[in-house]
Amino acid sequence: MDNSKTDRITYREALKQAMREALLRDDRVFLLGEDVGRYGGSFAVTKGLLQEFGPERIMDVPLSESGFVGAGIGAALSGLRPVVEVMTVNFSLLAMDQIVNNAATLLYMSGGQLNVPVVIRMSTGLGRQLAAQHSHSWEPLYAHIPGLIVLSAGTHTDARGMLLTALQSPDPVIIFEYTAMMNLEGISPGHPATVNITKAGIVKEGKDISIITYGAGVYKSLDAANELSGSGIDAEVIDLRVLRPMDLETIFNSVKKTHRALLVEDAWGSVNIGAEVSARIMENVFYDLDAPVQRLCGAEVPMPYPKHLEDASVPQKGDIVVKLKKMLQHG
Amino acid sequence: MTEAEIREIVINSLKQIAPDMAPEKLHPDDNIREKLEIDSFDALRLLVELDEKFGMETPEEDYGKIRTMRGLVNYILQAPRK
Amino acid sequence: MGEFCMPSLGADMEAGTLREWLVKPGDPVKRGDIVAIVETQKGLIDIEVFEEGTIDKLTVREDEKVPVGTVMALIVSPIGTTAATEDIAVRPAIATEVPRIRASPLARKMAAKEGIGLAGIKGSGEGGTITREDIEKVISQKAPGVAEEKPVGTEGVRMAVAAAMSKSNREIPHFYLAKKVDMSKAMAWLMEANKQRNVKQRLLPAVLMVKAVAKALVEVPELNGYWDNGLQLKSDINIGFAISLRTGGVMIPAIHNADKKTLDELMALLNDIIPRARAMKLRSSELSDSTMTVTSLGESNADLVYGVIYPPQVALVGFGSILEQPWAENGMLGVRPVITITLAADHRATDGITGSRLLMAIDDHLQKPEML
Repeated sequence: MDNSKTDRITYREALKQAMREALLRDDRVFLLGEDVGRYGGSFAVTKGLLQEFGPERIMDVPLSESGFVGAGIGAALSGLRPVVEVMTVNFSLLAMDQIVNNAATLLYMSGGQLNVPVVIRMSTGLGRQLAAQHSHSWEPLYAHIPGLIVLSAGTHTDARGMLLTALQSPDPVIIFEYTAMMNLEGISPGHPATVNITKAGIVKEGKDISIITYGAGVYKSLDAANELSGSGIDAEVIDLRVLRPMDLETIFNSVKKTHRALLVEDAWGSVNIGAEVSARIMENVFYDLDAPVQRLCGAEVPMPYPKHLEDASVPQKGDIVVKLKKMLQHG
Repeated sequence: MTEAEIREIVINSLKQIAPDMAPEKLHPDDNIREKLEIDSFDALRLLVELDEKFGMETPEEDYGKIRTMRGLVNYILQAPRK
Repeated sequence: MGEFCMPSLGADMEAGTLREWLVKPGDPVKRGDIVAIVETQKGLIDIEVFEEGTIDKLTVREDEKVPVGTVMALIVSPIGTTAATEDIAVRPAIATEVPRIRASPLARKMAAKEGIGLAGIKGSGEGGTITREDIEKVISQKAPGVAEEKPVGTEGVRMAVAAAMSKSNREIPHFYLAKKVDMSKAMAWLMEANKQRNVKQRLLPAVLMVKAVAKALVEVPELNGYWDNGLQLKSDINIGFAISLRTGGVMIPAIHNADKKTLDELMALLNDIIPRARAMKLRSSELSDSTMTVTSLGESNADLVYGVIYPPQVALVGFGSILEQPWAENGMLGVRPVITITLAADHRATDGITGSRLLMAIDDHLQKPEML
């Protein structure tokens, strides 16, 4: 295997290669979800997999999130390695009871006897004009719950590798994939490979300020940071990657270096991931701060349908640039 | 104790009492107190210290003999030790 | 509840910077305890407390510069005395409102580590907040210079003297008196007295002068006090003894109750206080308690000194050099060691006749050195 080779591929292709690689590596792995087989996945992530692996391993399920997520949990308890695709996070509320009350708690309720090695993939976020009911960014809901490992694939490398590592976990893992990024091209190592799923990632090193973000915020923040590097602002970009349990060490080390933090995410600001990161920074590295921690979050409204309003309701690259300049007094 | 050693001890004591001045630059016949702007209190402090260091006792009537560095060093050389 | 306020350490002092608290809430204190170190133009001063009780709260942070009179700490009296509460009621509320300096947590940490006071630093951050960059600027500015090595610049003392003396000359209508005094008895007595003392305990003429002035003030108490919208006489006789600094400027520490101290005690006290004054390490009571000032030129110096009163005091006695002079007495001419003693006095508070009585009384005491 040549790990030094890199590919330029779409985010969708990266997710697909990860799924295929997982199926190839381990016979116990199978995929179940709505339209994953004959239709090829609602975002075409699983196109062609049914033909390659057959209906036993690429399983179309009825439109009952509670039912098929429960089935996945049952299969995991019985020794298989199911990958459950919930089409989008918007529908996952229907499976919330299975996830929160079964997947997350059974290890504890069984006195440590029952692991639940299920992986639940969900696409999340906005960007396709799907309006208020189908554009949620609900990563914070899941990051709230002990017993779950919650991952966010904000880069192509993670889209191509997180699933493989998640399948090695004895405990339930939620992987968030980003609807808006499906067609986005990016660079990733030339072969699907496991990636670390305990650490945050430093996407760009810098010394003046830490931008701490995840998911759709990663590339936007990186673009903003790159734009400003010409004007003397050297921002560090941290991709949280693991929303639960959060890698605080990387966050603290970065803040200790830059002394400023801007938290960027699409989710509504109230009680979101940034709120948690901000509190942890304040509790632990307050005396390293040279300015108040700032956040850029989703506007606290139901997601509007018109494209320009949808764009305006979450932080964009331009917003990040303006905020960074203001925080560093170059604005 | 040689003359040079005595001179060095005296200069060190002067530095402590008049840290802003430069006693090492004194000429042998300069009036120490005038050159270093040492008042009567500091002069007494200096004497107390020198008496302790050299184990002698300088009576008041001998103050006239120790106005210059030359005079002071000679005085210490000849002074009876306790 | 008692209040511990930024003391006025002289007429020229408007504000001070708290450099260090030596107590924390819960600590018991008694009168005379040194509770804080305050930086003024006259150096780092040990500040004493004049109340007994327990420290309740510190209301001024270290490195904060506050005006004279600002409440710095609250002290709970040992048994709920109410005397102080009245005081609080009449004091204007603004005194307790110390504006908080806006500085980032990091800037504060760095400043504390470097021993940099935040007061006076102009913040470049949002809303004038002091940031890391501002502290770094201060650090880089002070790094190469040697001037900062000195704890407090002697320019500070120069400025303090300038302010006090300007105020004095502006406000106090001085008048001057002089009296020549035969010092032969005093000097002879001193010579004899010193023969019985080892070098360490030897007395200097200045001690006789201080004691003579203090005893004279017992007889002429009208010159021992302050002028503050009227003459306020003081019962304690605390002689301020002017000490010149080699680098310029004078410090005037108080010799408390000089009239009640023996010559040996006074000598020991001067031996202690002079090096401390020169190192600018005096206590608050030493800086603020003087009720009248004595300045002595010492030997081989100018013949006499016309002093400038240190406000709010009303008088200053100056001793010139002791010089051999022709002296006529009882129809005979002789050569005697003679000193010219001068008095500068505040004509608002007193008159020539009182001043003259004081100089005569000093002369009297110097003629009976064995009684001093």
